[in-house]
Formats: sequence, C-alpha cells, structure tokens
Amino acid sequence: MTDKEKYRAMFCNPNWDYETLEAADEVISRIGQEYLKLKTYPNQIEIVTSEQMLDAYALTGLPTSYPHWKFGKDFVLNQNNYTKGRMGLSYELVINSNPCISYNMENNSTCMMLLVIAHACQGHNAFFANNYMFLDWTSAESIVDYMAFAREYILKCEEEYGEEEVELVLDAAHALMHHGVDKYRKPSKVSAKEENERLKKLTHIKRENYNELWRTLPTAPNMPEVNTGEEHRFPKEPEENILYFIEKYAPALPQWKREIIRIVRKVSQYFYPQGATKVMNEGFATFTHYHIINKMFEEGYVNDGFMLEFLKSHSGVLYQPEYNSKFYSGLNPYTLGFNIFMDIKRICQEPTAEDRAWFPDLIGKNWLEQVHYVMENFRDDSFILQYLSPKVIRDMKLFTIVDDEQEEEYEIGAIHNERGYRKVREQLSQQYDRASFVPNIQVTKVDLHKTSKLYLTHYIQKDRRLDASSAKDTLEHIRYLWGFPVELHSKNKLGINECTFEMK
Amino acid sequence: MSHIIDRRKNDKGKSTGNRQKFLKRVENQIKKAIPDIISQESIKDSKSGGSVKVPVRGLDEPHFRHDPNTGKKQIVKPGNDRFSEGDRVPKPKGGEGSGRGKGSNDPTVTEDEFTVVLSREEFLKYFFDDLELPNMVKKLMDSTESFKMKRAGYTRDSVPSRLNIKTSFQQSLGRQLALKGVFDKKLQKLEEQLAGTRKKADKEALALELEKVRRQASTIPFFEDIDLRYNNFERVPVPVTSAVMFCIMDVSASMGQHEKDIAKRFFTLLYIFLTRQYKNVELVFIRHHTEAKEVSEEEFFNSRESGGTVVAPSLKLMDQIMRERYDESWNVYCCQASDGDVWSKQDALECKNLVLETILPNIQYMAYIEINDKSRESDLWKAYNRISNDEDFSIRHVYEPYEIWPVFQGLFRKRSEVTA
Repeated sequence: MTDKEKYRAMFCNPNWDYETLEAADEVISRIGQEYLKLKTYPNQIEIVTSEQMLDAYALTGLPTSYPHWKFGKDFVLNQNNYTKGRMGLSYELVINSNPCISYNMENNSTCMMLLVIAHACQGHNAFFANNYMFLDWTSAESIVDYMAFAREYILKCEEEYGEEEVELVLDAAHALMHHGVDKYRKPSKVSAKEENERLKKLTHIKRENYNELWRTLPTAPNMPEVNTGEEHRFPKEPEENILYFIEKYAPALPQWKREIIRIVRKVSQYFYPQGATKVMNEGFATFTHYHIINKMFEEGYVNDGFMLEFLKSHSGVLYQPEYNSKFYSGLNPYTLGFNIFMDIKRICQEPTAEDRAWFPDLIGKNWLEQVHYVMENFRDDSFILQYLSPKVIRDMKLFTIVDDEQEEEYEIGAIHNERGYRKVREQLSQQYDRASFVPNIQVTKVDLHKTSKLYLTHYIQKDRRLDASSAKDTLEHIRYLWGFPVELHSKNKLGINECTFEMK
Repeated sequence: MSHIIDRRKNDKGKSTGNRQKFLKRVENQIKKAIPDIISQESIKDSKSGGSVKVPVRGLDEPHFRHDPNTGKKQIVKPGNDRFSEGDRVPKPKGGEGSGRGKGSNDPTVTEDEFTVVLSREEFLKYFFDDLELPNMVKKLMDSTESFKMKRAGYTRDSVPSRLNIKTSFQQSLGRQLALKGVFDKKLQKLEEQLAGTRKKADKEALALELEKVRRQASTIPFFEDIDLRYNNFERVPVPVTSAVMFCIMDVSASMGQHEKDIAKRFFTLLYIFLTRQYKNVELVFIRHHTEAKEVSEEEFFNSRESGGTVVAPSLKLMDQIMRERYDESWNVYCCQASDGDVWSKQDALECKNLVLETILPNIQYMAYIEINDKSRESDLWKAYNRISNDEDFSIRHVYEPYEIWPVFQGLFRKRSEVTA
C-alpha cells in the first residue's frame, strides 16, 4: 500500500523524472496486461527534444533510413512550420518494431507522459503486435536492421556510381511508392542478414556462370518475326505492383538499381498497413489509454487533479470540428475509431432493440474478447463497414455529400436516419479504401518482340481521371527505370480508352 | 521489460545530411536569390550572424493521383445540422470546396512556396561560390578568428621535427633507473636463494635464472618510444584590433544599378574579409559627384545624383576624417569604386598625388575598382596605374561579379608573406 502512495505522489507531481516514468510504465503495463489482456512487444521508450522529434518526423519515425533529399525537404518544411507556430508536434511517435520504439516529447507533463505511455506503448504496441495487417505485411523484428542495411547499401552505391545516379533511381522509385505494394500476396519477410546473404549468393552465381566464350559468339542474324498472338502475351496476368514488375523484368537495368527499387518497395510495403489502419489504430490506442487511466484512477494511483488534466487532453484528442467549422479538416480518425470501439463495448454490455437487429453477433458477448477480435482481424474499410453502428452515425451526425462533376450542385446523399445508415456506412468504408486515393494502375503488356515498350492501364473508377501533369511526370520516372518507351491508357468501365499518355 | 532511454543528450543533427542533399537540389534557386538578398541587406548584416531566408519553390514529388475535379465522389462529413436527404447545395466557386474530403487518410501534403533558412556560414558559401574565390581564401574567410601557434608543454605524440631532446632524455633516464631498480631487487633475491639452497639441480636452475636476469639488467634499452617527448603547440586566437574601412563611390549619373551592385558586392567582400581579421570594423561611406559627402549606408547605395565627377575632394575628405577620428592604432582600408569618368585631367592628377603622398603612407591597403567594360582607359585609371603596385594599392577593372576576386589577390599575397 505504501507503494501505491509513493506512486500517487509521483504521478500527481507535474514534474517527472526517470523514476516516475519507470513507475508509470510498470503500473500501466500491469493494467494493460491484467485488465485489458494486451499482448505487446517489449517497449523502448525514448525521451526526445523537439529538434529530435523533427528528425524523427523526417524519417517517418524510423531510427535510421537511407539518405535522400526528400527527407531533408520534409525536415525543412516541418521545421519552418514548427518554428513559425503553424504546426505543433505530437506528444509521441511510435513505430512498428520489436522492441516497439516510441519517442516521447521531453516537455510533456507527468499526466501527458502517462497518457502517452498508455496510448503508444500499450495501445499502438498491442495493435502492431496483433493486427493481421501488421503481422502479415511487416516484420517488426527486422525493420530496424533492414533500414540499417538499406542505408549501408545506398551509401555504397553512392560511392560506387555517384550520388546523382542513385538519386535519379530513388526519385523514380519514390514516384511509384504507392504502386509497390502486394495487396493480395503476402510478402516474404525482410531481414538484413538474409538480404545480405541473398546478394552475396547472387554475385556468386553470376561469377560462376561467367564465361569468356560467350562474348566470342557471333551476333544472331535477324530473327524471323515471331507471331505476336495472345498466347505470347506478357505478363500473362496484369501486375499491380509496378515497382516489383520493373525490378524483375526491366530489360536493361543494372543489378544495383534493381536492389534500390527493392529497398523502396520493402519500405513501401512496411508502411502499407499503417495507411490502411489509421482509424482502427488510433481508435484502439485511444480506447486503451482511456481505459487504463480510468482504471488507475479507480485503483487510486492518481487524484482528481490528474484526471482533470487527463480529460482535457483526452477530449482535445477527440475534438471533431463540424463540417462547417473553420477548423474542419476531415474526419478525426481518433474520434471515429474511439467511438466505434466504445460502441462495440456498449452493445455487448447494454444492447438496445436496434443493436439486436444490427449486431446480433455481439449481443451478450464479453466486450473485451470482441474488441480484441475486431482489433486483430480488420482494417479501416472492413472495420467501418462491419461495426459503424447507427448510434455512432447519430452521435457524430454523419451525412454524405454527392459531388458529381456533371452536376451544378452538391446533393445530400444520406443523413443519420433509418434510410441513411447503411448508405453512410458504405460510403465511409469506401472512403477509407485505398482505391479511393491511389489510382488503380496495372502493368498489362510488354512488347517483347519489337520495342520493349511497357503498357500500363489505368482502370477508371467512379469517373475519376488522372491528374494529367503529375501522371506525365510520373511516367517520365517509369521511362527512366524501364529504359524503353512507356504508354499509359486510362480505360473506363466499358474498356474504352479515354486518355493516353506516352513517353517515348 | 521496458527500456526507458533519455535521448536528449544525443546529437540532434540526424537530418543534417538529408538537409544538405535538399539544399543541393535547390542550389540554383538559392544562387539566383543571392543578388537580391545582397541588394536588400546592408553590408554590416552580411556579418552580423543570424540567418538568411531564401524562398524556394516546393519541389514536386510526382506520383499518380486523381484529378480532384473529376468523377462522382461521395464524401462523408460530420455534424449535420440542417440537411435532409436529397437537399441540393450550390457548389462553391473555384471548385476546391470539397477537395479535402478524404480526411486525414489523404497522403498528399500540399506545399507551395516555402523558405529555406540558411545559416550565415551556408550563405557565405553560396556568396563566395558566386565570386569564384579560390578554396584557400574561402577557408581563410570562413574561419571566424585567426589563430597563432603557441608553445604549450609537451606531448607524447607528434612529428619528429618537434622532438624535445632534453625532456626525452630525462624520461629515458627515469625509466632506466626504475627498471634497473626492479632487476636489482630480483637479483638480490635470487642471490639469497642461491646461497640458501643445497640441491644441485636447484642451484643450477637458479644460476641459470640469475644469468638471465643479469643479462636483462645490462640490456635496458637507452631510448624507448614511451620516453619520447615532443614540443606541444596550441592554437591561440590572435589578439584582434580595430579597422576602419572607407568606401568611396562615385554617384554621378553614369553609375547605374549594375555598377552599384558590383560596387556593393566588392565592398561587402572586403568588409567580410576585414571582419575575419579584426574584431571591430567600422565603415565610413563617402560618396561624391562634384563634391564629397559622408553619408549613411542606405543613402550611399540608394540615392542617385546627377552631375559631373570630381574625385579629389572625396580623398581629401577621407584624409580629414582619418586624422580626426582614427589614430594610429586603427588599421585603415580604403576602397574606391567609380566608372572612371572624371571631369578633367587635372583632377586625376590631383588624385594621384593625394593617394601617393597623404593616403598610402597612413593606410594598410587601398583598392580602386573601375566598373566598366574596359573599352577605354579613363584618365583616373591612367593616373592611378602609374602608382599602383599590387602591394598596398591595387587597381582593377571589374564588370562582372567574378572579376571582383583578383582585386583581393594583392591583399592576400601580402598577408601570406607576413604570416610565413
């Protein structure tokens, strides 16, 4: 009991020190494990200054990354915004690694430190460690090592081939980052050690197979025209992972450039789940810190004053400006996710007649088990489609606006009423679908016989066409990597070509 | 199981390398902006520390994206307070009203123009690059203070030429004494043991051991690496004194914007150079057309007057100011910029005599730059040419920024001779 009093005194002192953090971590992990049954990676909590936070921002939280001007630009941009007061820095930044590294700002008060530890080191950490997206698409064990490998490799390339050349490859690969993800195939795990061994093996094979004799072969006379029928179509199936396709099949790309593309692809792959689970991830972390801090209050670790500060920050995080507010900038993922998770708990515990009709599966279940199940097995679009309840729609007063290019006016598509719930839910789910912000572009053909030309097809969805100037610039980057002409067709749902971009 | 790590003491410059890469990418934009910055800033600012803001166009990172103005989009928004299903709302003009419907999932960050803040050192680097200064000079001008080497005790590691024989020998003696003491003790002990034993085998072994130690004791090396001591030198800042720099410029109608820009760069360079050498540098601006006048910097560069040109009064004024305000402890530098047009040959001659008789004996260095395209030699040029010696008085034609540098060569040659 004396321990509790000691802790209480520490937690209610606005100034923290090392012992405070240690105690906070101990209490919060215990509650997370015992009360919320969270399984997490071990934590590595790093206390950083604002400058170091800016550094962390620039590398999207990774402790190390390969050198590139883009990160420098992001750094300068953030620094400008921060020093001019246009942007605040977040209280924490956490990355999906094992151990789970989180950066906490030094100027957080004790209360904020506790909140942040509960939020990041329990909430996000548990999400990283249990959600299927993160388990299947990323390897938390090796990402830090892999980035160190990537850095080494790029530095070596810079030394060997010159910074300019490396920069060209990286620029081009970055332009295709969103098209470097295997959405359906689960990628193989990355590991710096294996990666190094793979490279060694590759050079070894090359060396073994080298034979001076081959160079003495006379060049073949003009090959007879091969029948370019459908059976020779390459690739057989369209490929949506453009980066992968270039890495594997670009006709004249040196090996080291393929390696660089591979690195960018792996990084893109690593961040893919983060973009697809923003609402769930933040919602679950907020749900976690809310429960943990309240539990601490119940158990007497913190006093009323602490709770007041906590509730102020908590409600600040959950602030959702309305559509006509000048602060409005889209739906707040924290609010949306937190509301849905809280509602799942409510439905399990105190269902209404409406809930019985909408969520028969949840009725009478253990709320914690259900929350775990949801947290582990969904991503944003499926999460919303499945669990956005009429009550949350009503509480947030969600409505949809139809913005049709052809129409002079917006139309209100659905509001929070009986007729609208399903529509709103479906719409919101689609809004979080990757396809709504990454155009669906696939490699459909390569002219293997004459020009080595690469054909890409953009499948137009909902009449959304490509932004012409950025498409041209991106195509130029593809042209550079592919080494031969590139053509992009935008096809509508009838398969009719609407627009063509070409790089000769 | 958690680790808590305090990173605050760690280096914060993790992004420095990437920032440099970024700067390199916008180098051209920065270089283009430098003339503007120089013409906006006062000469003294160019040294005063702080930072320079250079506006840079946001660098595009292209990727495939949807044109926000196309297609049929449905956007979910919170906080409905007035709408029912089927209501129609006019679109805002400009079509950007709903562009942000994707909320926080939107991966694109919009950025237009933003400014890069350059540190003073970085700014000077670009400034010098533009002037095409040789590297040696850049380095000299970059260093904030000049240093002198001063004796400071001894060190164990240095170049052979700095070997201090006396101290090394002392060390050697000490080491030999110490080692000898150890061996002596050992010998004594062994001898006692030898006297105390009776067994023959032991005796032989001890005798052998004794012999070995004796040999060791007699072969203590005279010098070992650890004995060597070298003279140590430390860099100490050279005591700095004050300097005054006279800027004399012709402001007659023939001096246009380009000429003034060149003159300003020239003055700035000299100013920076002097501030590297002296802690306290004062500036005196004298402008002249038919009469000379001391003015503020702003007036110096920005006002324009027409009329003919008489140079001699400005030199007289300078001499007068020098006598009145600056005694012998001041290092005086003078630079004069003109397009070379003078009223008469008489004036040019008078200038020559003034410079030779009253000015040069009292000052460190005088530079005269003539800003024209060398199509003709002016009277002033001809007059000065007779007395210029590149040692304390150099004259140059300058028309483009990169031509400014050679003017300094004389000055630097002199410096390096002094320090050598």
